[in-house]
Amino acid sequence: MSKIINILLVGVGGQGTILASKILTNVALAQGYEVKMSEIHGMAQRGGSVVTQVRIGEDVHSPVIEPGEADYMVAFEQLEAYRWSHFLKKDGVLIVNTQKIVPLPVLIGAATYPENILVELKGRVEHFINLDGLKLASEAGNVKATNVVLMGVLSKYMDFPEDAWKNALVAGIPAKLLDLNMKAFASGVAEVK
Amino acid sequence: MKILMTGNEAIARGVYEYGVSVATAYPGTPSTEILENIVKYPEVYCQWSPNEKVAMEVGVGAAIAGARAIVTMKMVGVNVAADPLFTVAYTGTRAGLVLVSADDPGMHSSQNEQDNRLYAAFAKIPLLEPSNSQEAKDMVGMAMEISEAFDTPVMLRITTRIAHSQSLVEQKEPMERLAKPFERNQRKYVMLPAHGRARRLIVEERMQKLANFSETVAVNYMEMNDTNIGIITSGISYQYVREALPQASILKLGLTNPLPSGLIKEFAAKVSKLYVVEELEPYMEKEIRLLGLDVSGKELFPPYGELSVRMISEKITGRNGIPIAKPFDAPIRPPVMCPGCPHRGLFFTLKQLKLVVSGDIGCYTLGTMAPLEAMDTCICMGASISGALGMEKAHPEMAEKMVAVIGDSTFLHSGVTGLMDVVYNGGHTTTIILDNSITAMTGHQENPSTGKTLMGQPAPQVDFVALCKALGVKRITEVDPFDVERVKEVIKTEIAASEPSVIITKRPCALIIKNTEKPLQVQDCTGCKMCLKLGCPALSFDEENETVQVDQALCTGCGLCMNVCKFDALRKAGDA
Repeated sequence: MSKIINILLVGVGGQGTILASKILTNVALAQGYEVKMSEIHGMAQRGGSVVTQVRIGEDVHSPVIEPGEADYMVAFEQLEAYRWSHFLKKDGVLIVNTQKIVPLPVLIGAATYPENILVELKGRVEHFINLDGLKLASEAGNVKATNVVLMGVLSKYMDFPEDAWKNALVAGIPAKLLDLNMKAFASGVAEVK
Repeated sequence: MKILMTGNEAIARGVYEYGVSVATAYPGTPSTEILENIVKYPEVYCQWSPNEKVAMEVGVGAAIAGARAIVTMKMVGVNVAADPLFTVAYTGTRAGLVLVSADDPGMHSSQNEQDNRLYAAFAKIPLLEPSNSQEAKDMVGMAMEISEAFDTPVMLRITTRIAHSQSLVEQKEPMERLAKPFERNQRKYVMLPAHGRARRLIVEERMQKLANFSETVAVNYMEMNDTNIGIITSGISYQYVREALPQASILKLGLTNPLPSGLIKEFAAKVSKLYVVEELEPYMEKEIRLLGLDVSGKELFPPYGELSVRMISEKITGRNGIPIAKPFDAPIRPPVMCPGCPHRGLFFTLKQLKLVVSGDIGCYTLGTMAPLEAMDTCICMGASISGALGMEKAHPEMAEKMVAVIGDSTFLHSGVTGLMDVVYNGGHTTTIILDNSITAMTGHQENPSTGKTLMGQPAPQVDFVALCKALGVKRITEVDPFDVERVKEVIKTEIAASEPSVIITKRPCALIIKNTEKPLQVQDCTGCKMCLKLGCPALSFDEENETVQVDQALCTGCGLCMNVCKFDALRKAGDA
């Protein structure tokens, strides 16, 4: 891998994007790559839109991914996929968790949640996959493992060995939650045909 | 071993490794996590101070007494701490004293975009600018050494992209933490005018010595490459330049006050076209122009917002990058008051009463947003009360249609003096202290009213009622902000009173309590949408059934919506 791989994780405060990015960066570090990661937080806990940027390569300078530069985007929520999709490269991979979290302007009737987000995204992106991560996580034992389901999906598109991902899970997740997270990861992997 | 660290974690590690004994701060994004990480090293004494000026003075005291000290704050905090800063620049200190200023280009979470490098020049103190986490850690050690070698406080200036980005950092064993004994030296530390005049000359001599030091210091260096383009840069901009223009020659500056004029001239002579790439103010550019050099900078780059790899590449090469797809038009997702937030009911009531609200800085500033829309001003920490007094002095009748709102931590930061002013100068202003028992907005830090210190020790709690009484306020009422009817009555009574009043709304932040309430249920909803005016993320309207629905995962069962529903349609489970 001589070039830099850019991964954007987008979602809503509280959805577990940070743990997901930790697993991802640990995989890349264990493979000997340089990693930079950037996240803008501060008010994330208040239900705002959150973005975590991970850059992996031999020699990474900027910690920031710019519009049109992301190789992979993992969207934890539909509207956030929609909001950030222009950050994807033309031939980038978009993974969308179909969960919808309605933002306040929509709740109070000041805006509408766009219809047909998935159709519009599919029309724009070459490599597109959507899944009900919440359901898969719940089947694995806990809805909070949605982030790990999504990492399972991502793992199938990236070039890292499956063992590296599993080691990162073992290192990053408390022992008593490991089983269900392994299950969640596997169900994400199985989503990619 | 190298591990991934944010700039803030790396600074904390530097504090641990480089013998710092005392660390103080007032929380503020993007600086907060520095102390939150320092507290993980029990060898270092650390504390939240009530405000940045106090934090700075505690640091000054510690350093004068002989222990290495670090003081951290967001950039607007330096405005508050400027008073001690400018004079400790004259006195110097016995042990290292470093001020970390966390600037926020792009205003991700700040009310202005000031470039605090200008403070270093203004106060005549050395300035270090790291460009990644490793440098952030190393520069803590370097700043301490410079501080002690030149007998001066040092500013370590980071930006949001340094503070909150992770990159690899080499861990080292900590050096010994030694505190020198205190030594009396009145001519150095008692800044009477006569002493100050003598120190004033020393400041100039010191800057001259530092200017020489800046020429040869390892963090100021040239990376020579193709000499058609030469770029002078510092901080995060260096990373963007490296990526945008891998062939260009770079003069990378880590010590940027004083600037190394000899090195800059030498670099300029080696390259055909000279640029300076820096975020915000043309701080280096102006100095470089004073050297008589022909340089391009702010004619290409804006003096506001963040720079980017793309922008640097396009402006300097003149070639456009690959076209970017147009973003979809997505409704915004602003941060909102959480479900169960104790502030919500108060702002709902303020809106109903159509009051002018002199606001302040904290989670409650979100009361500005729809549907609450109940805040009219927010300037800086503490300005709510004093600002309200000013409005009242402009229009005396406004006192009966206006309140000042301020959180517990912000009141202790700089609201107390404003309230003192209201009492002293005969104001009638009604002040509402929103006491949620924590400094919430920055992620739940302790403060002098919470009963605990940063290091987890129990602490005496400020008694707000007694404090306001001592300031001379006679009308003080404590209310539960969820009791909207009572809150409304109390506000009406207090704004009508022709003397200062204080209303304290007491209820802990929803995120710090262990919630045992069950989510609410909806029954016989008439669809009047009154409860939606609360702006609670757990409430939405089901267009099909024309009733309100409660998100069972989000609802905390706080019951505020029950209190505003006129039809008893919202109920606790089991109350049907």
